Amino acid sequence: MELLQFSRGPALTFAIAVFLLGTLWRLIGILMLERRRVDAEARPGTPTPLAAAASGVLAKMWPHKTFLKSSLFSVLNGYVFHIGLAISVLLFAPHVLFVKSLLGISWPALPSNVVLAVAVITAGSLLASLVHRLTNPVQRLISRIDDYVSWAVTFLPVLTGIAAVAHIGGRYETLLAVHILTVCAFLIWFPFGKLMHAFLFVLSRGTTAIRFKQRGAEV
Amino acid sequence: MTAQITTSGIPFDAQGQAEESRRRDLAMQAFVRDIAMTNAVQLEACVRCGLCAGACHFFVTTGDPKYTPIRKLRPLEQAYHRHVGPFAPLFRLLGIAPRVTAEELEQWQELIFDSCTLCGRCTLACPMGIDIADLVKQSRHGMFAAGLIPDRLELMDRTTKLWGSPATPAEDFADIIRETGEERGVAMNIDKERADYLVTVAPAELTEHTKALSDAAKVLNKMGYNWTYHSKGFEASNIGYLNGDIELQEKMTRQMIDTAVKIGAHTLILPECGHAYGAARWESARWYGEKVPVRVIHMTEFLDEAVASGKLKLKQINQTASLHDPCQLVRRGGVLAAPRNVMKALGLDLKELADAGAVGWCCGGGGGVVSNKRADPIRYRAFELKRRQVEDANAERFVTACGQCRITLNLGANKYKWDKKVDSLLELVADNLID
Repeated sequence: MELLQFSRGPALTFAIAVFLLGTLWRLIGILMLERRRVDAEARPGTPTPLAAAASGVLAKMWPHKTFLKSSLFSVLNGYVFHIGLAISVLLFAPHVLFVKSLLGISWPALPSNVVLAVAVITAGSLLASLVHRLTNPVQRLISRIDDYVSWAVTFLPVLTGIAAVAHIGGRYETLLAVHILTVCAFLIWFPFGKLMHAFLFVLSRGTTAIRFKQRGAEV
Repeated sequence: MTAQITTSGIPFDAQGQAEESRRRDLAMQAFVRDIAMTNAVQLEACVRCGLCAGACHFFVTTGDPKYTPIRKLRPLEQAYHRHVGPFAPLFRLLGIAPRVTAEELEQWQELIFDSCTLCGRCTLACPMGIDIADLVKQSRHGMFAAGLIPDRLELMDRTTKLWGSPATPAEDFADIIRETGEERGVAMNIDKERADYLVTVAPAELTEHTKALSDAAKVLNKMGYNWTYHSKGFEASNIGYLNGDIELQEKMTRQMIDTAVKIGAHTLILPECGHAYGAARWESARWYGEKVPVRVIHMTEFLDEAVASGKLKLKQINQTASLHDPCQLVRRGGVLAAPRNVMKALGLDLKELADAGAVGWCCGGGGGVVSNKRADPIRYRAFELKRRQVEDANAERFVTACGQCRITLNLGANKYKWDKKVDSLLELVADNLID
């Protein structure tokens, strides 16, 4: 079997299965844990839990101005690579076509050279985040293998995607196969490490916001 | 009780004679027992951005990354991933969720107790919304179960179990109330069989802040309310809440609520104490087992309502003042406007600190840190932050609404020969009642 066939076929199928089952398992495993009742008398005017959670999710999109100075790089760089990843994944024409072949739905894509530029910026931003993790004493101390693996499986699809689009470093078919394999690595790792924050951030921000809004405290 | 040092040179205290493996097992059991859906979500959500460090007074003033708040959760987190998390069996099988060692617990005592005031500034800074302060408090449950808390806190725990208060035996409480009233010429109510308001106290009010006892009485008398102190339920600071002793926390909670119910009180007034507010206002229902049948309010909220209703008229001080926001009352309790309203009613022109309200810096002594002698050096460094901001605000007075904050700030002031007096909001109100 050709490498491209393997990557597009059994490898991707396996990766998607691990991604879906693993993500569901982890989310259900957490959500099935005991829910401790909070019976404290809420302040008058406490929003509904859903409204409180939603406001908490939104409020945490940007740090309080007091914390902005110490968090500016992380926040801005975080936005750059998250938005960059979203554009590269969702608005690149071949990706849109792939989703259409899989799910039958599609949406307009951006011109390839624009996405390529965005991907290059994203790769740079991801590299900056790695350098920051390695050089900032706090981040270096608290980092684990998960942080580096999660970084690698995020960075490699961007890098190989750029290589494939720009035809750098080998035959297109080979580059595409390698790109798809790195995406497979991303999908397989996703449920087990911190990449799950893509889902968990809503729950984490939401649960804290419900608690704090009940108290009338700032989130 | 013995002070010991880990192989890496970190001091720790250990209570009892249990073997290290037994201590570890007890801690693990307590960690696991505490984990529910909400804290599991939060233990899972960290992306190790480290932004919590910039919010922590101990990191900011020392620059030592070991004080990064999220790092303080490591034992609890390891217990979660090894025993509770969705992939716990898989992680155990593959050996990638290491067992917490007794040595680690001993090392982490300093991080969980000495260098965390439970102030929750890290929670506010966390982009994932992880309530780190609450999880540190939860970690203390496991440390207490293992007999691995600072001796000074354990002593307060033992004293409270024996006396009903860390400050004085419960049988002396009535005498202290009466004597304080006599000394200050204020009519005191003690152990009334029926009253609408049960007034509770903080330990410092039974020792160095006794004026607060008569000041609360003065205000309540002025309003003509039917109120009482009560020997069966007076201690509000709840040492169990700070030490991780959940049995004591439950006992102290029940004692207050049961007494309020017994005397038919509709309101339980908490003293000027931040942690009392955290324990009684927000956690008492958990330990009481159902919704608490009385209204629980902080003295500051009581004063705010009294002023707003027009029942309390105050003389105008006409000075400038800065306010230290007690963390448990403001950041974690939502009582932001009340102290400011009362200050305004006193004619105090508020000069806010550079970081005020929800983002205010902790005094450095919360969470039992002020009682933990071993933590003095870093506590004094944290105090420096506050001192700088108070000096920059350049107000004539410096006010707060928490006795423990006052003690911490006064200790700092003494240490650095700083001549700023820390006023109690209650005392200012009581001293300025219009006859």
